[in-house]
Amino acid sequence: MKYMLLIYMGENAMSDGEREQCYKDSTALCHELAENGKFIAASPLQPVATATSVRVREGKRLITDGPFAETREQLGGYFIVDVADADEAAAIASRIPAAKKGTVEVRAILEIPNLPRKLETVGASS
Amino acid sequence: MMSDARARVDEVYRAESRRVLATLIRLCGGDFDLAEEAMHDAFASAVEQWPREVVPANPRAWLISAGKFKAIDVMRRRAKHDASLGQIAERLNAQSEDPAEKAIDEGIEDDRLRLIFTCCHPALAAEARAALTLREVCGLTTEEIARAFLSSPPTIAQRIVRAKAKIKSAKIPYQIPSRADLPERLGVVLHVVYLVFNEGYSASAGASVTRADLSGEAIRLGRLLMALLPEPEVIGLLALMLIHESRRAARSTAEGDLVLLEDQDRSLWNREQIAEGLLLVQQALRTQRFGAYTIQAAIAAVHAEAKSSAETDWNQITALYDLLRRIDRSPVIELNRAVAIAMRDGPAAGLELIDALLAGGDLSDYHLAHAARADLCRRSNRTADAKTAYERAIALTAQEPERRFLEKRLRELSL
Amino acid sequence: MKYMLLCYDDERAWEREGPGAQRAAIDEAVTLTHELAEKDQYVMASPLHPQASAQLVQVRDGKRIVTDGPFAETREVLGGFYVIDVDDLDQAIAVASRHPGLRHGAVEIRPVMEIPGLPNG
Repeated sequence: MKYMLLIYMGENAMSDGEREQCYKDSTALCHELAENGKFIAASPLQPVATATSVRVREGKRLITDGPFAETREQLGGYFIVDVADADEAAAIASRIPAAKKGTVEVRAILEIPNLPRKLETVGASS
Repeated sequence: MMSDARARVDEVYRAESRRVLATLIRLCGGDFDLAEEAMHDAFASAVEQWPREVVPANPRAWLISAGKFKAIDVMRRRAKHDASLGQIAERLNAQSEDPAEKAIDEGIEDDRLRLIFTCCHPALAAEARAALTLREVCGLTTEEIARAFLSSPPTIAQRIVRAKAKIKSAKIPYQIPSRADLPERLGVVLHVVYLVFNEGYSASAGASVTRADLSGEAIRLGRLLMALLPEPEVIGLLALMLIHESRRAARSTAEGDLVLLEDQDRSLWNREQIAEGLLLVQQALRTQRFGAYTIQAAIAAVHAEAKSSAETDWNQITALYDLLRRIDRSPVIELNRAVAIAMRDGPAAGLELIDALLAGGDLSDYHLAHAARADLCRRSNRTADAKTAYERAIALTAQEPERRFLEKRLRELSL
Repeated sequence: MKYMLLCYDDERAWEREGPGAQRAAIDEAVTLTHELAEKDQYVMASPLHPQASAQLVQVRDGKRIVTDGPFAETREVLGGFYVIDVDDLDQAIAVASRHPGLRHGAVEIRPVMEIPGLPNG
C-alpha cells in the first residue's frame, strides 16, 4: 500500500543550518527506506512564494499568484512510501525530521491501473 | 567634445535603455537582475569610452554587445555555484563568434513585447505587475512609482524584488505567448495599462484628482503596444485613454475641485487627443473583433462629439452600454447604464434600476453608486433621500476632491 | 524544470456528479499522463484516497502525536498530484489547465526543489 506523506511547516521555522541538517537527515531516511524497498519518491518544494494557482470560474481560466489556500504552515515537501499499512506510514512520518517542527499529513494513494509508468519505477531525482 | 559625448550617452540612455534591457534579459536567459547589472556596466563603459573614441554609429547595438560580454563575464564567475549559468555563457559566447549571427539588435521589438508580457504575467501578484511594468518597461525609479501609487519606496521595492524572484525560481518564460494564449495574456497586459492610467487619472485615495505622469506613462505604453501588436482591443484602449485624457484640463477647478462631465467647460477639452481617439475608435470598430475597451472608447467618443450634456446622443450611449453588458456583466457597467437611461428617459427610470442594483448588494459599498442615487433623487426633488445617499457616499469615498464635491452638493440641498 | 501540481478537488461536487463522471475524469487524467509521457514530461501522478482517511503526525518533545483529519479544513481538498518535467511555468500552467478536476476545484503549481543525493525509488 502506497502513502503520500505531506510535510507542512512554517517556512521560517528552521534556521539555514537546521534546514541543511534536515535535508541531510531526510536524505538518509530516504536511503534507509530504499534499502528496505519502501521508498518511492521524495522531494522538497520551493517556497510557497513561487506557487501559482489555476482555477476555472464561469468557464474562464483564472491564473493567480500564490498557493491554493493560505495556511499557517505551508506544504514544504513530500515523501511517497510503499508500506504494509497506515500505522507503518505514520511511523515513518514521525521519523521525518520536519515532523519535530511541523505537521505531516498521511494520505493513502489510490492506485489506478494504466498510468504511464508504475510509481515503483520512477525515481525522485533522475 | 567630452561633454558632447557625455550628453550623447545620456540621450542614448533615455531613448534606448529599455530596449537594450529587454534584449539583454533574453540574452541572459531571463535573468532580470543580471541583465540590469550588465546594462549599467555597458553604459558605464560608454561614459568612459565614447569621449575617447568615436561615438559608435549604432549605439544601441554597441551597448547590447558590451552588456552581453559583461553578462558572460558575470555568468562565468557564477558558474562555480550554478552550472546552468556556465552553459548559457558559453552558448552566448559561441553565438558571437558565429559569422552567420544576425545583427545583435535584430528582433528588438519582439524583446520589448517579451518584457511586457513577462512583467504582466498572470502568475505574478496583481499589484506587482503594474510596479514591475513601470520599473522595467517604462524605466521609472522605485521612488517615482511609490509616489505615483501613494506608497512607500520600500514597499514598492519589495514588490518588485518578490516578482523578479518568482520569475526566476518558478521559471516564468521570457516569451511572447502562443496564439492560443494571446487573448487571455493580452487581457492581463491591457488591464495593467488601464490600471496605471486610472491610477493617474483618478487617484483611488489622496489629495489630488489627477496624477498626470502616470496617465502619460500609460498612454506611452498604449502607443508602444499598438506599434508592437495592433490588436483591436489595444487600439480601443489607447483610444479610451486618449479621449479621457483630453478632458484633463476641464475635470477639475484651479482649486482642485471635481467638475462633473455635464458641467465641464468643453472648450478646454484637448481637440488633438479627441481627434486621434476618434480615429482609433473607428479603426478598432472596423475590425469587428473589438471588446469592452473599444466599446467604452466609443461611449467616450459620443461624449467627446457632443456640444453639451443636453445635446449628447443618450440613445446611442444606452445602446453601447447594452452591447457592453453582453460582454462584461459587471455591476459597475449596470450602474453606468442606469445613469445613461436616466439621462435619456428621466431620473425615475434610472433610480428604479439603481435601487435594484443596490438591493442586489454588489454595489452597496461603492461610493459612486450612492453618489449617482443621490444625484437622481436630487433631480426628482426627493431631498431627504438625496441627503441620506450623499452621506453614505461621503462615508465611503477615500478621495479628497470627491469628498469635497459631495459635501458641497449636500450643503446645497440644505439651503 | 520539475513542478508538482497539487490538485484540490471539491469531493462533494464529484459525489453529486456520480461514479460515472468520476470514472470518466480519472480516464481523462490517465490519458493526459500518457500524452505527457510521450513528450517526456511525465514523472509521476496519482489520485489520493478521500481525505476522510487522512491522519496527522507530529513529534513534540520526542513523543509522537497522531491525530485524525486533514491538515487544512477547506471545501476543496487535496485529491491527487502530478509531478511533471517541463520547460517553464507556462507549460506547467498548460498541463494544469487540462486536469479534469479543475472543473470543481483548483490546481496549485509548485516548483520542485531538486536536491542531489536522493535514492531512485
